[in-house]
Amino acid sequence: MKSRPRGWLGVEPAVAVILVVFAFLAPAILNAYWISTLLTQMLIFGLCAASLIFLSAYGGMVSLGQLAIWGIAGFALGNFTTNGNTKGLNLGWAIGPGIVVAIAIAVLFAVIFGVLANRSYGIYFLMITLVFSVIANLVFGQVTSISGFGGISGIRAPGWINAQAHPSRMYLVTLVIALALLVLLRYVARTPFGLALQGIRDDPVRMRSLGYSVALHRTVAFSLAGFVAAVSGILFVWWNGQISPSAIGLPSTINILVIAVIGGLYRIEAAWLGALVFVVLNNYADNIGFIGARFNTWIGIVFLVIVVVSPNGLIGLWEQGLHRWGRGPRAQAEEGGAGEQLPQAEPSGS
Amino acid sequence: MADVGSAPIEDIRSHRTLALAGRTVLILMVAFLVVWVLFIAHGTTFGSAVQDPTDFLITLLNGITAAALYFVVASGFTLIFGLMRTVNMAHGAFFLFGGYIALKLQRSMVGGGGALGLASSQVSLVQWVLPVLVGAAAVAVIGLVMQQVFLRWNQGQDLRQALITIAISIILADQMLAHFGGIAEDISWPGALDKFVNLHVAHIQYSLTRLVILGIGLAVGALLWLWLHRTRMGMIIRAGVDDRAMVSALGVNIQLVFAVAFVIGSFLAGMGGAIGGSFASLAPGVDANWLLNSLVVVIIGGMGSLGGAAIGALLLGLVTNFSAAYLPAADTYYSIIFTFILLAVVLSVRPLGLFGRPA
Repeated sequence: MKSRPRGWLGVEPAVAVILVVFAFLAPAILNAYWISTLLTQMLIFGLCAASLIFLSAYGGMVSLGQLAIWGIAGFALGNFTTNGNTKGLNLGWAIGPGIVVAIAIAVLFAVIFGVLANRSYGIYFLMITLVFSVIANLVFGQVTSISGFGGISGIRAPGWINAQAHPSRMYLVTLVIALALLVLLRYVARTPFGLALQGIRDDPVRMRSLGYSVALHRTVAFSLAGFVAAVSGILFVWWNGQISPSAIGLPSTINILVIAVIGGLYRIEAAWLGALVFVVLNNYADNIGFIGARFNTWIGIVFLVIVVVSPNGLIGLWEQGLHRWGRGPRAQAEEGGAGEQLPQAEPSGS
Repeated sequence: MADVGSAPIEDIRSHRTLALAGRTVLILMVAFLVVWVLFIAHGTTFGSAVQDPTDFLITLLNGITAAALYFVVASGFTLIFGLMRTVNMAHGAFFLFGGYIALKLQRSMVGGGGALGLASSQVSLVQWVLPVLVGAAAVAVIGLVMQQVFLRWNQGQDLRQALITIAISIILADQMLAHFGGIAEDISWPGALDKFVNLHVAHIQYSLTRLVILGIGLAVGALLWLWLHRTRMGMIIRAGVDDRAMVSALGVNIQLVFAVAFVIGSFLAGMGGAIGGSFASLAPGVDANWLLNSLVVVIIGGMGSLGGAAIGALLLGLVTNFSAAYLPAADTYYSIIFTFILLAVVLSVRPLGLFGRPA
C-alpha cells in the first residue's frame, strides 16, 4: 500500500461526503436519462468491479470470474421469477425466494470456482478464472433449457422500483445497496480475517507457517466477492429486464477488468470512478470524431494509456495529486519515480 | 518473480485422506466414461464402440486431428509464456487476424468468390499455402511490434503485461469487426486436399484435410522440439526459461531471444488462425474461443512446457469430440461442461498442470 498524504488527510473524507450527498441529490439535479440509464448502470457495473478490486487489493487475486458469478445470479433469478413468454425454466416464483436462491446458487458457484483456483497465484489465477468465465458464457449460450442464445427477457423488478414508473427509485435503491456493500467490504478488510487475507496476499508461505489456512482464506474471500457480484447481477437484471449470454461473454468480462483498472486496482471506491468513465465513454463514443463510433477501440485505447502511463488508475493519479499538493516540492523530489507499480498480485517470497 | 504460481506447502495430514478419496472418485469416473463409450452409450447417435467401431474410430481421429490444431495455436502461447512469463491475452485476436489476412489474400489471388465463398475446385495448392504463410507472417510482425513497443520495457511485471495485451486485443478485435464485418467466412481448402481418402481400416473414408492438419501439427511439434533441443538458440531459450537473469549475465543478448520467441509464438497463432479458418470459419467471437482453447491446453498441460501443450491439446481434443459424440443425442449441448470438468479434475490433482513446475 502507498503511504497516504499527511497534510491533507482531511481532503478525502470531505470529498467523499460531498460525492455521497451529490449522489443522493442527483435525481433532483440531473435529467432522467442520466439517472435511470447512465448513473444506475455506473453503480451496477461499479459494484461488480468493486468485488474484483476487493480481491485484488486485499487478496492479491485478480479475478476475471466476477462477471460469470454476476451472470449466474442474473440468469438464476430470470429462470426462477419469470412465468411464460421467455426462454428458461419459467418457474414463476415470488421475488423474495427468487432472490435468495439465485444469490445462494451464485455464491455456491463462487465457492466451487474458489476451491478450484485457490492454489493458483498471480497470473495463473487470472487465467483460470477467465476460463471459468468463458465456459459459463458457453454453457448459458448452449444449454437451451436454462437460457440459450437469446437469453431470458421480461424479468420484472418489484413494482415499487419499476424503472418506467419510478425512474429514480431504482437508482436510489442501487445507490444504497452499493454503499452498504462498500462499507461491508471495507469493514471485512479490517477484521482479523481481512488482515490475515492481506498477510496471505503479501506472503502466503509465511502465513501458512504461522498456522493460517491459506486456501480457506482465499476461498472465503472469493466467495464474499462472489456474493457482492451476485447482488450486482440481481440489480442488473432488474434494471435491464433481460440477460443474454453475450452479457457475460469475453468482451463483457474484460470490460469489468477495464473498469477496475481505469479506476485503480487497489482501492474499492475506484470501481465507481472507472465505471463512470466507462459508461460515459460508452454513451458518447458516437460523438467522438475521427475513429468513428468504435466504442471498443476507444475503450481499448483509454485502457492501454492507463496501463502504460498510470498503472494505479485514475485514483492513483488523484492520490499522486494530493501527495504533491500536500507535501510540497521537496517531498516530490525525494520520492522520484517510485511507487509506479501495480499491486503485487503474486507472492513475493524470493 | 521467482515463485510465481508456487503453492505454499499444504497441510499433509488433512490432505492425505482427501486426496485418496478424490483419486478414487476420479478413477471411478474415468472408468465409467470408458465403459459408457465402449459398451453402453444408450440413446447416442452412434451407439457404443462395440456396436459401431467405425464411428468410434472416426471420433477418435476427429479428436486427434482437432488436438493437432489446438497444439499449433497453444504451442505459440506456451513458448512465449515459458520464456518471458508474458501471458499474451491477444493470442486469440492474433489467431483471428492471421485467418482474416489469409482469407483476404486468397480471395484476391483466386478472384471472384460469391456470397458463399470460393469452391475448393477453384483453389490450387499454392493459393492455400501462400495465404496461410502470409497470414502467419503478418501476425508475426504485429507480435514483434507489440513486444518491442509495449512489452520490452516492463519485463517481469506480468500482470501489467497481461493488461497491455488485453488492451491490444480489445482494439484489434474491434478494428477487425470494423474492417472484416461480422459475417462468418471461411478460407477455402485447395481442391487437391478437399477430398476423402480410404484408410483401409474398418472401411473408414476420412477427410484428407483433417489428416493434413494432423501432419502440420506433428511437423510443428517436431520442428519446435528440434529447435529447442538441437540448436544454440533453443539451448539459450531453455536456459532462459529456467533463469533469465543468469543467461543475460553470461553475455547472451536476451532481448534478441525474447524478440525471436515472440515472433515464432505469434507466427504460430497466425498460422493456426489461417488453418482454423479453413477448418471451421472466421467470425467475431472466434478469438474468444481460441483464447479459451489455448488457455485450457496450457493450464492442463502446464504453462511453458511443450510436451505439456501436446498432452493438453490431446486431452482437450478427445474430450470435446467424445463428449459431443457420446452424450445422449438430446443432450449434446451439455458437451461444453466436460471441458470444465476436465479442467477441474486436472487442477484439483495438479494445480500447476500435468507438466507444470514452479518457475
